[in-house]
This record gives sequence, C-alpha cells and structure tokens, in this order.
Amino acid sequence: MAIIEVDGLVKRYGERTAVDGVSFTVDAGEIFGILGPNGAGKTTTVECVEGLRTADAGTIRVCGLDPGDVALRHRLGAQLQESQLQDKLTVREAMELYSSFYRHPADWRELLDLLGLRDKIDSQFRRLSGGQKQRLSIALALVGNPEVAVLDELTTGLDPQARRDVWDLIDGIRERGVTIVLVTHFMEEAERLCDRLALIDAGKIVALDSPAGLVATVDGVQRIRFRPSAPLDHALLSALPEVTDVARSGRQLVITGHGNVLHAVTSVLARNQIIAADLRVEQTTLDDAFVALTGRNLETQETP
Amino acid sequence: MNVLYRLTVTETKLTLREPIVMFFGIVLPALLLTIIGLVPAFREANPDLGGARTIDLYVPIVIVMAGTMLALAVLPQAFAANREKGVLRRMATTPVRPAALLAAQLLNLVLFSVVATVIVLAIGRLGYGVALPSNLFGYLLFYVLGLVTMLSLGLLVAALAPTTAAASAIGTVLYFPLLFFAGLWAPREAMSDLLRRISDFTPLGAIVQGLNDATAGVWPQLLHVAVMVGWIVVTGGLAARYFRWQ
Repeated sequence: MAIIEVDGLVKRYGERTAVDGVSFTVDAGEIFGILGPNGAGKTTTVECVEGLRTADAGTIRVCGLDPGDVALRHRLGAQLQESQLQDKLTVREAMELYSSFYRHPADWRELLDLLGLRDKIDSQFRRLSGGQKQRLSIALALVGNPEVAVLDELTTGLDPQARRDVWDLIDGIRERGVTIVLVTHFMEEAERLCDRLALIDAGKIVALDSPAGLVATVDGVQRIRFRPSAPLDHALLSALPEVTDVARSGRQLVITGHGNVLHAVTSVLARNQIIAADLRVEQTTLDDAFVALTGRNLETQETP
Repeated sequence: MNVLYRLTVTETKLTLREPIVMFFGIVLPALLLTIIGLVPAFREANPDLGGARTIDLYVPIVIVMAGTMLALAVLPQAFAANREKGVLRRMATTPVRPAALLAAQLLNLVLFSVVATVIVLAIGRLGYGVALPSNLFGYLLFYVLGLVTMLSLGLLVAALAPTTAAASAIGTVLYFPLLFFAGLWAPREAMSDLLRRISDFTPLGAIVQGLNDATAGVWPQLLHVAVMVGWIVVTGGLAARYFRWQ
C-alpha cells in the first residue's frame, strides 16, 4: 500500500527548474532512497513532500493528506539537511520541547537509548560531536511517533565509523514500522539501506528499482586494480577486446572491462613478465549503474 | 498554550545561559543607577533640571536602556541565529508554527525587561528614595506601550538583517542615537529646546517622558502616545512586510 504518492512534481526557482516531472510511490514500511549528485533536485523533492515548499505542478499525497495539511505534521517526521539547534539547548530540553509539540509523542528516553544518546542527556547541543548531533536530529524526527520519516543527507560530514553506526540505527527504526525516505548522495549508503531507489539527475528520475535491480542493468562490468611490478604500456591492455578503459590511479592501474577481462589481462601481464601486486577485482556497484545511466559520476563533489 | 509555555520556558533558560545578555540587560542598568545615586550632587534637587534630582530622572532612562538592549540587541540576534541554524525550518516540519517560537522569544524578553524594571525601581526607591509611580495604571499602560514600541523596532531589525552579524551591527548602530535622545548622556530636562523637540518624536524619548509623567502622577501626553503608536505602526508594519522565516 502506497503511503507516499508523488505524481508529476515540478518545482521551479525563478528560471531554473529544480524538479522536472518526478513521480514515484513509497510503500508503507519501506526504506525508499532518493539518490543523486548534489543539486539534482533531491532535497527540493522531499521538501515538497514535507510541506516546506509548494509544488509548481503535480500532486503529492502523504498518508492520504496534502503536504500542506497540518494534520500531516503529526504523522511525518523530518530530519533536515544542516539543521541545527540553539547552541546552549541540552539534549533533554530539546527532547522535552519537541515531544510537547505532538499529540502522541514517543517515549523520548527510549529514543535516546535507541540512538545511544542517553549519557549525553544533559549536554548542550554545541558540546555534541557531529555524529551525536546527527543522532539527536534523528531522535527529534522520530519523537512525534511518525508513520513516515524523511531523512535528508543523514550521514554527510560524519566519519566512516559514525556513518556505519547511523546506518545500524536506521535498521532499528524500520523495525518500529516507520516508513523511511532517505535522501543521499552516497551510493554505499543507498545500497546498504534501501529497499528501492530512485536515481535523480538534473531534476528527473533516471531509474527506479531495487539496488540489485539497478546494478543488474549494467551487470557484467568488472573493474580490476593492481600495482604493476614494472612499467607497462597501456596500449597492450587497451587493445584487448574485453577491456573498455585503462586508467592510472597513483601507482595503481584501474582496468574496466567485461566478460573474461581478468583472464585476458593476467595473460598479457604474464607474457610481459609483470607481476600484479595487490590485485583486486571489483564487482559492479550502484556508482557504475549511475554512470551508465547518466554518463556522470555520482560522488563528484564530496567524497565519503 | 502548553506549547507556548514550554517554548517560553526554554527560551528563558537559554537567555539565562547568556552571561552577556544578563549583564547588559539586567546587571548593567542596576549598576548604572546605583553608581549615579552614589554621586551626592545627583541626589540634590537641581534648578537646571526644573528642580528635579538627577537620580529621579535616570530611573526611567535606565529602565528604557534595559528594554532597548533586550529588544534591539538580543531579539534580532537570537532570531537571526535561529533562522541561520535552521531551527525555524525544523520547527516548520512539526505541528508547531515557527511564529510560536517568535511569540515565546517576545514573551521571554518582556519577562526579562519586567525583571530589570522591578530591580531598577527597587534600587531607586530603597537606595535613593525615588518616588514610585503615582499613576500606577497609567505607568503600566505606558510601559506596555513602550515595550511594544521597542520590540517592534527589534522585529524590524530581525526582519531586515540577513545574518546574525548584521543583526548585531544594525542593533548597535541604532542603540546609541536612540538612547541619546532618551537622555542617557543628558536627561531631556538638560537638553536644548530643539534637542528635546526631536527627542519627543523619537521612540525612546517619548517613552521616557511618558514614564516620567506617570511617575509624577499625571497622564502621559497625547503627543507621546501618538508618537509611539506611530512608531509601532511603521516599524511593525515594515517588519511584517519584510519578515522571512528562512
């Protein structure tokens, strides 16, 4: 059953069309990802869903309600990109305050336990680490016991460990029966968490499928990385029919190809008496899918 | 109502955690009046001031100074900070409108202004025998009108200032000339006729004179009520016109 229905959404800022006819539905209990490079229109899309912006065209229904409906604010929780709190507000005060906004608030102490913030309860916002701030932000998005939670750029700015911790939490939140819309430009995050994904580029959905389904669209592509023991003429490799690209990355060579590319490459190396150190073969990722679908790289502006 | 109460309590706690606000809004006015009263000459009737004592004249001036600090420096900065940090946007996703936070901020500043006023009146009365307002009802009415005037001005700065830094700068630039005409450096009674005429038409000059009149037991002059209503309409109207939540 669809809990969010977006049909033909268009949003313009002056001359620029940020969202250009986006349609998708999200089922109850699902983790739905919206993935795309910065500036693709992801945030604008969810801000229309949250009721923070008014669509120029198209219809949006969330829990059967119009996004502008005040009743929806009791049923939808939002974690906004780069949204902070007052510096000297404590975690306890924030939770008490925001839970007083809702008719049927969640037990905020339990939420703090779930998010690992219980021992920070009397800390002021400015004293929290980036990860703790982000987790508090999630707690505030959930304190109203929402049916839908929209989480925008959940892990941007977090270190890898904090990011993985937050990912584990999302699994726990799903078990509470909350439908989650996750906006991200990290393909690893989308791959790890989402049931289904909409890839957005330049305001349009270019693909909508499960992560595995998206990867399957470009299946067969492999990437081989190794450090050659002696200099090697790239032409020897790029001449191989299985190889589509040869690139240098520091002292490493990165070869993209398909079919039996690994065998073809190692044969060439053996013939030239070159040893491939640190050889790794990578399977197709969502990033490859994104490149294949849009011709552009997903994580161009910010690297995790 | 419960939400507004909680928001106001939270704002009050946050304000109490700002030593600078506490100092300039509460401690400094109290200190200033205490120091003025310690000068023996300021406790004598002064023929140049129409027979009034300097300390008598400074009670309303210091009360207005405290209110202006809260309205003009604290309010716009706190509001700009909440806008910059996305506090208002976050609130817009909840069932509570960001306007409720603004209302709580205003209530909070009224609270602190009242505290400062009571302290200053108490120091004046207990320390230096300054008479309490004879026309208490008129004093309260005029005081409320004065607060609304100062807060409208603060809201206009909040509406126009793009950033926290700008809010603080605009507030400071306005603060000194306004307090000059309120008589902080030379009471209205010591001003030349021209300066006093100008002061009549400035928001703080009108407030000080109105509070003086009510203290003396008469009703504030219609001119000063009209001046303040005028300022409220203009600044409040412009603030509403240019207000941005984001």
